[in-house]
Amino acid sequence: MTSTATTTAAPATSAAPAKAGLPWPRRNPWRHPWFLEGFTWLYLIWSLVPIALAVLFSFNNGKSQSVWQGFSWRWYFTDPVNSVAHNSVLQLAILQTVKLSAYTTLIAVPLGVTFALGIHRWRTRTSASFNFVMLLSFVIPELIFGVAMFFVFTSLFRPVGLGTLAETLALVTWNVSWPAIIVQARLATIGDSYSEAAADLGCTPFQTMRRVMLPLLFPAIFASAILIFSSVIDDFVIVDLLSNSAANTPMSVYIYSQQHGGNGGPALNALGTIMLLMSFIIAILGYVGYRAMTRGERGSTTDTLTTIAGA
Amino acid sequence: MAMPTVLRFGGNRRNGDRKNADRPPQNKIFFILLAAPGIIWLALLFIVPFYDVFAIAGGRLNFLTESPVPVYNPLHWSHATLVTTWHDIFGVGSFALPIIWRTVWYTAVAAALCVLIGYPAAYFVARFAGRRKALFLVLLIAPFWISYMMRMLAWIDLLQTNGYINKVLGSIGLPGDINWLGGKWYTVVLGLVYGYIPYLILVLYAGLDRIDGSLLEAGRDLGLGRTRTFIKVTLPLSRQPILTGMLITVLPMLGDYFTNTLLSGTRGTAMIGNVIQGQLATNGFQGEGAVLSLLLLVVLVAPMIYYVRATAKSAREAS
Repeated sequence: MTSTATTTAAPATSAAPAKAGLPWPRRNPWRHPWFLEGFTWLYLIWSLVPIALAVLFSFNNGKSQSVWQGFSWRWYFTDPVNSVAHNSVLQLAILQTVKLSAYTTLIAVPLGVTFALGIHRWRTRTSASFNFVMLLSFVIPELIFGVAMFFVFTSLFRPVGLGTLAETLALVTWNVSWPAIIVQARLATIGDSYSEAAADLGCTPFQTMRRVMLPLLFPAIFASAILIFSSVIDDFVIVDLLSNSAANTPMSVYIYSQQHGGNGGPALNALGTIMLLMSFIIAILGYVGYRAMTRGERGSTTDTLTTIAGA
Repeated sequence: MAMPTVLRFGGNRRNGDRKNADRPPQNKIFFILLAAPGIIWLALLFIVPFYDVFAIAGGRLNFLTESPVPVYNPLHWSHATLVTTWHDIFGVGSFALPIIWRTVWYTAVAAALCVLIGYPAAYFVARFAGRRKALFLVLLIAPFWISYMMRMLAWIDLLQTNGYINKVLGSIGLPGDINWLGGKWYTVVLGLVYGYIPYLILVLYAGLDRIDGSLLEAGRDLGLGRTRTFIKVTLPLSRQPILTGMLITVLPMLGDYFTNTLLSGTRGTAMIGNVIQGQLATNGFQGEGAVLSLLLLVVLVAPMIYYVRATAKSAREAS
């Protein structure tokens, strides 16, 4: 990469000679922006070091979340009452998070994918308005959405009530727009030629879907499943408003309810670290899987990274 | 994914035709059936719930149980709760108006800080990270995969009175006994910035990364220095990402109550989200919570639609 023609990937300072002879700019216009790089590093330190410290304090051999008292596994295994291994409430919270993530992904992905496939070809005013509603559900503040869900499950759909079922239904509605949007974007990129060709060669619509469209869409579907799973792990507002007992309280709500107004103890850090580990495993699976599926396609590491982050 | 050329040909041949014009009508039914589950789901669990909020807002109060009684016929809606809420906001000695102003103020400061901090970082990674781009991107995206609660917990640990922030401040001669978590507005604003800035950075990064490098080169070739290229070319082109990025941080901030509760927990820093959440949890005030969240929705509907339109447009341009 020595050519001065590439600006997107700025070449190193030495690669491009200063343009002598021009009166302006006097300084090498391709010099490395050290100030910006320093600023970016400062931002990253501010953004990530506190979390590293919080993970560290989950190994604290004491009850404090802010004073280091030596390393121990106490809050994970050895403490007979408050460790994750011995406190059944903490385990319930982990289990509930996993359950909600799995249920939501299993329901929302097929729902969103079929919606996208249908809407892509059935273009009327009705379908367009529902597509708009789908996009609105993507940007509406979660609190307003959660309030609506809280009211509907305590009044009109009272039989559902609060708890795991209500949480799942609400989370599916909240997350179904991921596959719907990602698959529609992918459909727009693929174009209609493949499905039209399949139809010309005698495929029924169902066969076209199964044999042509689904394989082409699989990376997009996979990416949306990863996004949904991880966003449910992270979700707070909806489950906070719709949970009503320890049995249906996931990790995020548990941490919140224990921490506000006091010192919740390093067991919370341990719980948070487990949550973080779960998300990272999902992220790595997502990255590796997406790379493997899109092998041979145009695109790079950075594209994969932004895709599994939902950008 | 190499498709046989014969498959591509079929599409080209038909390009001029009207879409679906020569397909048998049952195809249309197939696609309607595909979309149907999603549409029914959205109708039942997105549109109906919002109608239900209207029914609660226009409903009555059961004075015995203090629970709201929804009224589903719009002709019988009462405006009693609306009036009560209106007095809460605009009446004499209202309690909600100062909270609304505080919400606007906190959110504005937090969003501005997000852009001031996020833009240089996103700009650097999109344009100058070179071969280390993937590394920087992983670090920028990492917060997405770390639970919001964990990230807040991290700051609660640091901001305790005997925590590391105070220790560091004390060791360099500054007052090291600040009660950060005792209802300080700057703690809440910094919490909001910390919580939502990753979303802004990702939007900014995607927008800045899309800018055509040849435009910048043209600027350089025409004799602009780095600063002036930035001001005359990059900045105008990043107006749209800045706007959508700000929206994606501002919309959730306006509905945020947990950051505030965790980092302050006092009435003195309460935002509109805290009021709505509090009313929801208090018997007798749930109707007012419904009205208040609808009012918030009314205020936010225009920016929401703008955001949807803008992202749809940039997606069309990208494909």
